[in-house]
Amino acid sequence: MSILIFAEHQNGKPNKTAKELASYAKALAEKTGGEVIALGFGLTSPEDLYAYGVNKVLNVDDQRFTTFNAKAYAEAFKQAAAQNGIKIILTGQTADGMYFTPLLAGMLKAAYVTQVISLPEQNDPFIIKRKAFSNKAIAHVALKTDIKILNIAKNSFGLQENPVEGVTETFKPEVADEVFEEIKSVKVEKATGKVPLSDAEIIVSAGRGLKGPENWGMIEELAEVLGAATACSKPVADMGWRPHSEHVGQTGKQVAPNLYIAIGISGAIQHLAGVNSSKNILVINIDPEAPFFKAADYGVVGDAFEVVPKLIEKLKEFKSAH
Amino acid sequence: MKILLMLSVVPDTTSKINFTDNDTRFDKTGIQFVINPHDEFGLTKAMQIKEKTGAELHVVHVGVQANESVIRKTLAIGADKAFRIDTDPQDSFYTAVQLAEFLKDKDYDLIIAGRESIDYNGGMVPGMVAAMTGMRFINAVIGLELNGTEAMVDREIEGGKETLQTTLPLIIGGQKGLVKEEELRIPNMRGIMMARKKPLEVLSPVDAPVVTEYLKFEKPPAKSAVKLVDKDNLDELIDLLHNEAKVI
Ligand SMILES: Cc1cc2nc3c(=O)[nH]c(=O)nc-3n(C[C@H](O)[C@H](O)[C@H](O)COP(=O)(O)OP(=O)(O)OC[C@H]3O[C@@H](n4cnc5c(N)ncnc54)[C@H](O)[C@@H]3O)c2cc1C
Repeated sequence: MSILIFAEHQNGKPNKTAKELASYAKALAEKTGGEVIALGFGLTSPEDLYAYGVNKVLNVDDQRFTTFNAKAYAEAFKQAAAQNGIKIILTGQTADGMYFTPLLAGMLKAAYVTQVISLPEQNDPFIIKRKAFSNKAIAHVALKTDIKILNIAKNSFGLQENPVEGVTETFKPEVADEVFEEIKSVKVEKATGKVPLSDAEIIVSAGRGLKGPENWGMIEELAEVLGAATACSKPVADMGWRPHSEHVGQTGKQVAPNLYIAIGISGAIQHLAGVNSSKNILVINIDPEAPFFKAADYGVVGDAFEVVPKLIEKLKEFKSAH
Repeated sequence: MKILLMLSVVPDTTSKINFTDNDTRFDKTGIQFVINPHDEFGLTKAMQIKEKTGAELHVVHVGVQANESVIRKTLAIGADKAFRIDTDPQDSFYTAVQLAEFLKDKDYDLIIAGRESIDYNGGMVPGMVAAMTGMRFINAVIGLELNGTEAMVDREIEGGKETLQTTLPLIIGGQKGLVKEEELRIPNMRGIMMARKKPLEVLSPVDAPVVTEYLKFEKPPAKSAVKLVDKDNLDELIDLLHNEAKVI
């Protein structure tokens, strides 16, 4: 009963999501038996995955797959699964993972569950826990088809090193050129030099309490000191103070970093829904009654314009001492 | 041109979430149901295209009769006709089968769904429908420009966006960004009056396997009380973040 994972990469190196999926798969394989197989598209260092328990990497060496194409990727997964006796497929909570996996599930008529936060307790019945109702509940769900597909919630399992002797094989999926012609990528725009929200270990987020876009200098500086990504509340994005890509919450991005720092954000239920699976939450707010303090691990009651510059100074001291 | 909105009806975002029947079912008591926020952006986008091209706009919803008031809202905003597939869907796969079946004898050029429903957050119905019907599909759509049957579509990716070129017919999973927040439509009095006379057809569901089963719900573990640090003692905060939380 082997497990197939999607090995996403950045510039050819398996990324954190890929390693987290490998960690989950290895732990699962220890219960269910079988190997962990990773499917990647143009990996340059597939061996990085052996450290996380991947026994075999199928590396697609075909120029047509260099740019992500959801249908072609779904086809490739279907073929890899069929040729390797795969019963469980794991993908990550990323733009590409969330895009092609439902196509794959539809093609295979397989049970597919997203936002997964736990390993199944046993193989049969195969029951996992997932987040539901925008983080306000946890559901126990049974998957009842022969092939099962799980999309693992970000940062829910963590990285676990578990070195094995791995092998890498070239994999050649048979996908017609027409598939690539149906939907073509013409342009990619990415913010450069910034930590992307999705991969961030620490997120510095600010809200309407900052009064105006001109005051974001200290937020960016704090993020830089911490190696963090920046985010914002919905009204801040709606007013155009910050780009929409930074909007987190129920209707924006859902994030789960190790540390979420909320500055001048009240903690409305819709905002919390997108951030409350963060491992640690630090709230800085002038109002001791701000609802966000109820969802926080650490809090500072104070004026952001006074606290944040001081915090930056203290952190710089700390960083130079460590 | 014909457009279809695949509508999801969800609890209002401020809802307190509770469960009933030994925590096996979502408790709908006292819950106000609304148009799924992601679908609201899609509905406004559909209206803009309709006004520009004279397209016809239909809405389909898989769900119970109680949701008809929310379906009427889409008609009040300007959709021409609605369909309700009369069932209380048990999972996303089941819902997708109903929608794929509905589409069998239809010829929509553009099908707009939301990236995910904010209740179960599955994020899978539009993609599954695409796989079942063989239609082209783009997810997490934050921009859509049509030029005849040519479509330029922006999808959100990590740290940015990707522009894709394709042709209709197409299914999209839309989200915030598809239209501006201030463009979002709400029903007016005239629309509400007109909606009463617009057709809302009720269809029977087809048999479909239930491939996932929701057995039980629980609330996430409660947070322990916040540790407050004095604003004049940030050294303590740094110490907590370093030694206790181990995040710096
Ligand atoms: C359908 C729907 C979906 C929504 N989805 C989202 C979503 O995805 N994400 C989201 O964020 N919101 C969402 N909202 C909006 C949400 O309800 C709140 O309105 C929003 O989160 C408030 O943003 P805020 O905290 O930045 O602003 P406010 O609520 O105005 O809070 C500002 C905070 O700053 C504090 N403050 C003021 N001055 C200072 C200072 N000098 N120093 C420190 N603190 C200060 C105040 O005490 C206050 O707590 C949604 C709403 C609806 C209806």
